[in-house]
Amino acid sequence: MRRIYAVLATVVLALATCAVLGTHAPAAAAENTLILATTTSTQDSGLLDVLIPIFEKKTGCFVKTIAVGSGQAMAMGQRGEADVLLVHSPAAEETFVADGFGLARRLVMHNDFIIVGPGADPARIRGTPSAAEAFVKIAASRALFLSRGDNSGTHAQEQRLWKAAGIEAEGQSWYQQTGLGMGQTLNVAAEKKGYTLADRGTYLALRSSLGLEILGEGDPALANIYHVIEVNAERFPKANAAAAKAFADFMVSEEVQTIIGTFGVETFGSPLFFPDAGKPE
Amino acid sequence: MDLIWEGIKRALHLLLTLDREVLGITILSLRVSLLATFISLVAGIGAALLLALNRFPGRRLAIALVNTGMGFPPVVVGLVVTIVLWRNGPLGFLELLYTPTAIVVAQAIIATPIIAGVSLAALQQLPADLRLQILALGASRAQMLWLIVREARLPLLAAVMAGFGGVISEVGAAIMVGGNIKGYTRVLTTATVMETSKGNFDIAIALSVILLLLAFAVNALLTHVQQRNRQR
Repeated sequence: MRRIYAVLATVVLALATCAVLGTHAPAAAAENTLILATTTSTQDSGLLDVLIPIFEKKTGCFVKTIAVGSGQAMAMGQRGEADVLLVHSPAAEETFVADGFGLARRLVMHNDFIIVGPGADPARIRGTPSAAEAFVKIAASRALFLSRGDNSGTHAQEQRLWKAAGIEAEGQSWYQQTGLGMGQTLNVAAEKKGYTLADRGTYLALRSSLGLEILGEGDPALANIYHVIEVNAERFPKANAAAAKAFADFMVSEEVQTIIGTFGVETFGSPLFFPDAGKPE
Repeated sequence: MDLIWEGIKRALHLLLTLDREVLGITILSLRVSLLATFISLVAGIGAALLLALNRFPGRRLAIALVNTGMGFPPVVVGLVVTIVLWRNGPLGFLELLYTPTAIVVAQAIIATPIIAGVSLAALQQLPADLRLQILALGASRAQMLWLIVREARLPLLAAVMAGFGGVISEVGAAIMVGGNIKGYTRVLTTATVMETSKGNFDIAIALSVILLLLAFAVNALLTHVQQRNRQR
């Protein structure tokens, strides 16, 4: 019996030790933290893994990156639950700033959206220069289209294109919403041999495992533009305005812009994002 | 299938070379889940004792609630904890959101009803007059509770295993209240989700293998304790 107690005591002791250790948070976390709400594409592409450590080292500020869709990121900003946003949904961003939730909104970088689908291309959109026209063809042939359906920047862009095409896609049997992130939606499209709209960065990162081809690209309407927005600290006293400004300044700094322009060249043969800071919109 | 094999090899490689990031994620997973299980153990067995040994109005309702809680969807817990912990929310002054502590809180809420429910069934299984017997032999109330818990130790350890299994494998709440922040709140499950959406299936499988090994190690230890008891 004694030995059982010894074993039990060891287990309890181990648990208790974990309890004590568990309360040990990094020192940086307590004082100067910045909540960055951003899109999944910046995290999934690996860009932030490169940039955030540089920023943290420079400023001593601990960055909590919350990677969600642009819609959710802005919803967090509207409630004062984020300090700075890095998002790609221009129309919604303008409303966000106009409504007084955000202060400075600065252009950071762009890449582009592409229409991807199975190589067999049942809707015959390959070579169609206009993205809206490609969408018309997909609808006309009732070919399966996978939508993010999650209010993300990509989803907003896709809805704009359906509008430009003059098609009410929602509710159609060939139009399915995954409600998932870009990577997972691409996987669903690959499995079901459907079309989808994707940002080039995520597609390139996943290409080898997908078997989907780029069938539509190059239309100016497919530009994917990222802005950094500081959340209005006057409205939300708990927002870390100083760190938010430091981060926004950092994103448009020459150093970071150079990193953005070269990021991904080694792995994918071409950059995933193109630096735009200071350029006219 | 190759992918799974690759993943297993990768997992072994990551473990054997003591990859710092993976090690950090693994230790955090273990720490958070053990702490959450420990809290749930105290709260869950406490609640089970209260419900098993007392008769009061609303007791049946309370038991029904505990049993419902065993099937609580973790995402619902995650969502509610997030809203409560928002810095502009009711408990925002604690500054807990997006910290490992927030994950512990959410996981403890998920595991407590599991441990309470299984424990309650275990305690009610005991002979009804056992308590009277113990008291009649001159035991104090604290001694009586201790003896009762000891009498039900086998199923109680099963309850702990169920609770631990529930939290170590949980992902929805962990990602919502923790935020999957690199080097801070990234645990094995949230890292697996992220690597999957990045298309790094081999790393995702490697992380899954590590998660399984971890769950197995902890459960093997608990089973060892449980079955040792049994031999006596």
